[in-house]
Amino acid sequence: MVKKIFALIALAGIAFMLWGLFKSYRHQETLPRTSRYYAQKGPDELGSANLVTSVVVTYRGLDTLGEVTILFSVASIIGFFLKSRTQRELKAEGFRETSELLHTSTAFLVPIIFLFGAYVFVGGHLSPGGGFQGGAIIASGTLLLFLATPTASRGKTIISLVESVSGVAYVGIGIAGIFLAAGFLDNRILPTGRFGTIFSAGAIPVIYSLIGLKVGAELSAILYKLKDAKEDE
Amino acid sequence: MIYFWVLTIVICAVMLGSAIMALYHKSLAVTVIAAGLVSLLASILYLILAAPDVAMTEAAIGSGLSTVMFFYVLRRMRGGENG
Repeated sequence: MVKKIFALIALAGIAFMLWGLFKSYRHQETLPRTSRYYAQKGPDELGSANLVTSVVVTYRGLDTLGEVTILFSVASIIGFFLKSRTQRELKAEGFRETSELLHTSTAFLVPIIFLFGAYVFVGGHLSPGGGFQGGAIIASGTLLLFLATPTASRGKTIISLVESVSGVAYVGIGIAGIFLAAGFLDNRILPTGRFGTIFSAGAIPVIYSLIGLKVGAELSAILYKLKDAKEDE
Repeated sequence: MIYFWVLTIVICAVMLGSAIMALYHKSLAVTVIAAGLVSLLASILYLILAAPDVAMTEAAIGSGLSTVMFFYVLRRMRGGENG
């Protein structure tokens, strides 16, 4: 009973907050000042065809670094709390043999999925997509690999190596921006190039590729730990 | 234009339905699938609202990876489905 009253109070509080937001909403025909600045100056300043990417990677680059850090801490906390089974325990458990269909389709599809993920984060400054999306696509390819061979244990070192190297390189490029361009995570340490080509927008493709590799490795590591986790403590 | 309105309303209705199912269905496997369905439909909604970047993230992480992670967790709490 008390629980229900608390739930009702919480619900009323949320309704109150949303009501305030709803009431203050005015339909605007023009963009607010900051958004207008991004929309008008963004393409010339940073040279990125996808405006969302130039906001996410450069104008609000610090937020993106924060998101990557949150993901990193989540992955390390999961690794800290989950005990993983050893290779022998995995073998002893005796997984059901995976079907021929899954095996064949995995061998055929996983390289294509990885390639698509790489395309999504390399072309993040030209078309919709970017590091987080591409990384998640790569991690879903890894997941398919795990489903096909549950006892696999290869690639752990590569995953953690890719993760740490790309994380360090990301911050390194950010710091290079302080010395070579206007500030931390500024993309103009490299020439902005011709608008709309793959080698344009300065360091944005480099940064987004590093984020993509880092996110992909991080999510793959989380999946690895969940796959190998012991049933009970 | 009217086509998008109808599509949006249908998607919202299905989303609400599957969200309620995710809360109240007895089997936990079905609730995980229903929660994934909410994310998938949300990503279509983002696409209609002209936010393809957000839609990609939602589709890949919300409906893809998090559903699978829930299933891994579900396997770990075997025997305690009600707990």
